[in-house]
Amino acid sequence: MASPRIWLAWRVGVFLAALAPLLFWSWQVANNAAGPEPGRYLLLNLGIGGLWMLLLTLSLTPLTKLTRWKGFALIRRQLGLWTLAYATLHLLSYALFILGLNWALLGSEIVKRPYIIVGMIALVGLAVLGATSNRWAMKRLGKRWKPLHKFSYAILGLVLLHFFWVVRADMQEWAMYAAIAALVMVTRLPPVARALPKLRYRFSSA
Amino acid sequence: MLIKIAKPSDLHESDVTPESIYLSRRRFMGGMAGLGAGLALSGHAQANADYSDVPDGNAPAWLKEKISETQWGAITPSDPKKDKIAPFDDASGYNNFFEFGTDKGDPARHAGSLKTEPWSVVVDGEVNNGGRFALEDFAKPSQFEERIYRLRCVEAWSMVIPWLGIPLADIIKRADPTSKAKYVRFETLVDPEQMRGQRSSFSIIDWPYVEGLRLDEAMNPLTLLAMGMYGRELPNQNGAPLRLVVPWKYGFKSIKSIVRISLTEEQPVNSWQKIAADEYGFYANVNPNVDHPRWSQATERRLPNSLFNPNTIDTLMFNGYADEVAELYAGMNLKENY
Ligand code: HEM
Repeated sequence: MASPRIWLAWRVGVFLAALAPLLFWSWQVANNAAGPEPGRYLLLNLGIGGLWMLLLTLSLTPLTKLTRWKGFALIRRQLGLWTLAYATLHLLSYALFILGLNWALLGSEIVKRPYIIVGMIALVGLAVLGATSNRWAMKRLGKRWKPLHKFSYAILGLVLLHFFWVVRADMQEWAMYAAIAALVMVTRLPPVARALPKLRYRFSSA
Repeated sequence: MLIKIAKPSDLHESDVTPESIYLSRRRFMGGMAGLGAGLALSGHAQANADYSDVPDGNAPAWLKEKISETQWGAITPSDPKKDKIAPFDDASGYNNFFEFGTDKGDPARHAGSLKTEPWSVVVDGEVNNGGRFALEDFAKPSQFEERIYRLRCVEAWSMVIPWLGIPLADIIKRADPTSKAKYVRFETLVDPEQMRGQRSSFSIIDWPYVEGLRLDEAMNPLTLLAMGMYGRELPNQNGAPLRLVVPWKYGFKSIKSIVRISLTEEQPVNSWQKIAADEYGFYANVNPNVDHPRWSQATERRLPNSLFNPNTIDTLMFNGYADEVAELYAGMNLKENY
């Protein structure tokens, strides 16, 4: 259908699109347009950005089933790694900008605050999945690779729990992400997963 | 010594201040001394802070007039270099005012829809002199004072803000509480049409927003009813046209856009206590020794800060106002009464 060059352009395009928010936020901070607490601005945006990346990553398989377009599968690893990158930067902004790189405080906060423990487990999980996302690891893990990477569903749940715990006055934003997450997870249920390709057939013949 | 209270004699205005106001200042000072607090009465009133870059508001004429007669620098930080006034844009652009949304930028974006004129305040409950008052009549008998206070948010950040307003004690005295009155309960406006946060069906807050003080806390000379800041009227997002400022308590106690002040016999249940009693109490005194379940309260980030200077400073007991208010809590277990 398409030449390797076009696929390369697609992947580079996705790369740039995923990079763009980071550049935009940095630019806002550099221009004093991020408010009186730029560190917290980065922290919250990176958290939400990481959640978006995770949701997008997990949408790719159902989207492939629905459309059979090869492009989605091609960016799955990349978006997974972007999730890890955003989450790592999120932790870094917490350590640097909120705690002022006070290691002792970081250590005590990580063990004391349930929402941070949950965030930490999610981040460690993302790191394990990131480290085993290359071809070599896939080969080494063989049949165990798939079940291992199903842990990404649990990570999604942990991130939503982490987010739930920091909501204060209004659940609307959280509820929206939870609804998207529920939709993504529903597409994994075997009957739904089986129905997706049929749905595509319906669309294309209509 | 963390604050400085200006001596009337330090002020040029004292020459032109009408006798009655001069006397009410003396009463104020007397009240402070009565607390047995060692106050910094020496030193000179800080020269007026420079508000030349603060945008003009749109205050009604009566409020402009009251503001022009303000006693400037009535209470100022003893170390203005350490407690530097936050830029107006930060103080008016970074707010928690959930009636207008949950993002810190939401109030500045959406509070324009609030109509603050005309405004009236109901004073009721255990008082002999209650009623509904037009804000103008409510404010007029008292002298406006400028008070530069540290504002410590429960979220572990803080800013220094120059408020304009009147002592809450003035209002309570005029209301003439009955002998049953033990607490003061405050209520924010409920109007989903003007306040988009109140239209959300996912809101956790059960409107109206409610706050409360013990009567002696309310009568403390530091407790202020603010109608202005930075030499002008309050921007809507900061709680126009009438808000509370209790500088030794976490910011959420300083309720905004007040429409009702009731003297009560029973301790009111404030909104945050109702939502999460293990996180937010009735007293909510700034206390570095009692953590919020999700973060430490031992330090605070003084805003504005920058990426590589979080500007973290130690949080002080009662936000540095211990000399003025510690007496109120003598013998109380502040770990239990957080
Ligand atoms: C060690 C790991 C982590 C730490 C220390 C951490 C820390 C934080 C902190 C301090 C907040 C702000 C809480 C507040 O509002 O007071 C936050 C919010 C958040 N975090 Fe994390 N987090 C971690 C892992 C993660 C991961 C892996 C994700 C997702 C990929 C994530 C997504 C979020 C989201 C979506 C929010 C809410 C942002 C908002 O309120 O707008 N976090 N996190």
